[in-house]
Amino acid sequence: MSAVALQMVCVAGLLGLAALAIVLSRSKISTPVIYGATLAVSAIALIGALRFLIGGAADATTLTLPVGLPWLGAHFRLDALASFFLVVINLGGASASLYGLGYGHHDPAPHRVLPFFPAFLAGMNLVVLANDAFSYLLCWEFMSLASWALVMAHHREPGNAKAGYVYLVMASFGTLALLLAFGLLAGPAGDYGFAAIRAAQHTPYAATLVLILMLLGAGSKAGLVPLHVWLPLAHPAAPSHVSALMSGVMTKVAIYGFIRVMFDLLGQPNWPASVIVLFLGSITAVMGILYAMMEKDLKRLLAYSTIENIGIVFVSLGLAMAFQANGLKAAAALAFTAALFHALNHSFFKSLLFFGAGAVLTATGERDMDKLGGLIHRMPITSFVVLVGCVAISALPPFNGFVSEWLIFQAVLLSPELPQWALKIMVPAVGAMLALAAALAAACFVKTYGVAFLGRPRGPAAEAAHEVDRFSLAAMFILAALCLLAGILPGLAIDALAPVATQILGSRMPAQAGQAWLSIVPIAESRSSYNGLLVMVFITLAASLAVYFIHRFASHALRRGPAWGCGFSDATPAAQYSGVSFAQPIRRVFGTLVFHARDHVDMPPPGDVRPARLRIELHDLVWNGIYAPIADAVGFSSGRLNRLQFLTIRRYLSLVFATLVTLLLVLAIWS
Amino acid sequence: MVVISDIIVQGVQMLLVLLLAPLLTGYVRKIKARLVRRQGASVFQPYRDLLRLLRKEVVLADNASWLFRVTPYITFAAIWVAAALVPTFATGLVFNWTADLIAIVALLGSARFFLALAGMDVGTSFGGIGSSREVMIAALAEPAMLLIVFCLALVAGSTQLSTVSHFLASSYVGLRVSLGMALVALFMVAIAENARIPVDNPATHLELTMVHEAMILEYSGRHLAMIELGAFLKLLLYISLIACVFFPWQIALYGSGTLSYAIGAGAYIAKLALAGFLLALFETATAKMRVFRVPQFLGAALMLGLLGTLLLFVSRSF
Repeated sequence: MSAVALQMVCVAGLLGLAALAIVLSRSKISTPVIYGATLAVSAIALIGALRFLIGGAADATTLTLPVGLPWLGAHFRLDALASFFLVVINLGGASASLYGLGYGHHDPAPHRVLPFFPAFLAGMNLVVLANDAFSYLLCWEFMSLASWALVMAHHREPGNAKAGYVYLVMASFGTLALLLAFGLLAGPAGDYGFAAIRAAQHTPYAATLVLILMLLGAGSKAGLVPLHVWLPLAHPAAPSHVSALMSGVMTKVAIYGFIRVMFDLLGQPNWPASVIVLFLGSITAVMGILYAMMEKDLKRLLAYSTIENIGIVFVSLGLAMAFQANGLKAAAALAFTAALFHALNHSFFKSLLFFGAGAVLTATGERDMDKLGGLIHRMPITSFVVLVGCVAISALPPFNGFVSEWLIFQAVLLSPELPQWALKIMVPAVGAMLALAAALAAACFVKTYGVAFLGRPRGPAAEAAHEVDRFSLAAMFILAALCLLAGILPGLAIDALAPVATQILGSRMPAQAGQAWLSIVPIAESRSSYNGLLVMVFITLAASLAVYFIHRFASHALRRGPAWGCGFSDATPAAQYSGVSFAQPIRRVFGTLVFHARDHVDMPPPGDVRPARLRIELHDLVWNGIYAPIADAVGFSSGRLNRLQFLTIRRYLSLVFATLVTLLLVLAIWS
Repeated sequence: MVVISDIIVQGVQMLLVLLLAPLLTGYVRKIKARLVRRQGASVFQPYRDLLRLLRKEVVLADNASWLFRVTPYITFAAIWVAAALVPTFATGLVFNWTADLIAIVALLGSARFFLALAGMDVGTSFGGIGSSREVMIAALAEPAMLLIVFCLALVAGSTQLSTVSHFLASSYVGLRVSLGMALVALFMVAIAENARIPVDNPATHLELTMVHEAMILEYSGRHLAMIELGAFLKLLLYISLIACVFFPWQIALYGSGTLSYAIGAGAYIAKLALAGFLLALFETATAKMRVFRVPQFLGAALMLGLLGTLLLFVSRSF
């Protein structure tokens, strides 16, 4: 069986499971059966894709199914780029299914989740496999609708209906943009096959329009600012393992679409396009993490942090476009590989963190971190793996997030070779924005972990928390181990990505397998190198040495006592720093500009026993500036048009007549 | 044989930084005391403090978790590894290719990440106030530091610290505007990162004005000793970094003889003494600024770093 056929069989299996879930409906065995089978199918698809990718992905295999448009059929193809994204999707799918085996038992309405879960996975697999525009759009829409159904699974919870509505509107808008983009790509001949689009010549004018439409279409799905508004509403509304899939995996499918069109189908990128991508990417990275810093809902914070990471990936892709447009092949391969590696890393740690948030939700029923605290004592294993995820996402060595950001910084340092002045001026500023985003991410995850898992419990729910089931823990442990492995052995991942870069750019990063001590060397050893394994070993050795000396020579005495409260003993847990207060310094530094943040203190006069209150005013300028006026305009015009519903038959007939005359006149003048 | 001598040089540097770090802090304290006409404690006082802390029992807050107990060791290890990768008296460290300057900055970031978490662990307001302000300062200092790294990397064509130092020690660099900007910016970042006046006061005991000290308020005994030693090491690391990059005079180049190693070591001690004196002078002459003035201070460092980098993007000869 060819590699693509195996993938299609897996997709068929997933669709069959969706049908089976409808049949089983509310029966008790449905949860273990569906998640178990999805886990098995995803694992098979993962192994197939991984074998294809590591095997060099030399010959792309295609498959045509006699469905779809009558004269076209549905084309599917597995190449290096598709196989990499299939690895991301099916790894995410397998870990989410494993997590779901435990987590699904707590679902109040499993029959609303189970049919759509495998269907959503099937949709994402199909988008990546599609080899003509029609199948691509159809599968894209199928993926969107399946995920929409999952967002609406708990539709009675407050806020979820709005989330579903905004998501539906934005998804339709995105698909419309993609439809127009493919229309332009297909040209007057209207050949929708990717092979024909690749072979055709595209005018610079059409290429620019396609770039804008792809940024609107794929960018809205990925969460580029200012098209991100649906993401922090919709991703958290779904059950946690689906949130992990939407944040960790579906955003990557959008990135796949962007890469497929901009790098593969359009051919050689031009450099002005890279300026737009770099600009949007860096704004997205900083804005995403600032939004996350202000957030106190655990899952919404993670969704905003996804926006940040998408920004980082787009910056790296923008660098790759700039280098490729100027023929700097090695640098382009470095930036492109860094983008893919970061996408992979993000899928690891974001899924892990969403699983952790789901575990907290199961154990306490709370998503508001200002009602949590002290979970490290009650959920020790979950706390440990979430800590790994937090360190990894904060881009700290020796974990994986650092390696991909390090590679991106190395690509930034190569940019003085670019000939264009616009890029020369822009890239250092973009590098500064990336550094700012990385530093703010560390601050944000100190806040997240420090408030939710450390300290004393802030409420009865946090006090009564207990460790979650073994399936959930296993899924989180696997992802935490992958975060560490990708951090200490990044050379393996970089070498595995080489066929993708070769296929898309025609060049690749130097092979890392032969480097001494498993270092990674992006360009030359005199220039830069990094060895995660040795950093890990050195830190372990230094820490063990310190522990040995301390325990050999220092005092062993240890006494427990109350914490120092400046003379005020047993302060209430409410006196601890909360998420909102932790963010206060950063809110004062950045928030006044970005969110027009104001603090209002209501201090009662002496003698009054009323508690003092602090109210924080934050404005989402993107929503207020772009979306609210559009919504108002739509509301206003539909209010006006509403009158048309209550006309007499005579007036309707005259309206029809007038329209007909106008159209005929237009036609007469046109020709 | 070459490998063995390389490892010896590396090992000597690792032990040297560990042994010299408390002395440097004691020396700075002594100079500060003398500048305000106090007698001051002996320069060896930090060693005695560390030994005393090691002999004392640990008082752990009731609510402290395992993270609170392992953080001192993780923090110390991360800073020590970072310090061991900065050339002190000789370039060409045997493990310099393990981590470049960006990774060294990130290692210090890891140390701070865990320390800030430990500040939140006990669940008191002091830990929270310290952690939240520390991460705010770091969120501004880290981008500035990375821009300085960009600036150096563009001049030397490498982010590998030994290579950078080797290149800047060579005669064909000369005076450059961008390097001047990077030096000023690095000095400002070093002040902020080491919690020195005017950003933070290492000697304060008024809780509301503390940043770094508030964060580690709950630590005692051997744990506090590890954290203190880490802080001493960090000060030494930044001074070594400034010395090896901007003032690499007499630094022993890779593969030179024993004599030049001795000269390099002597020059290194002299540089430390001078830098410590200047730091004490600067700290005595300035007043601590309000916490919310710190962003402007670090913003200036960020802009200097960006300007220096931009100049280099415009032309390599600036």
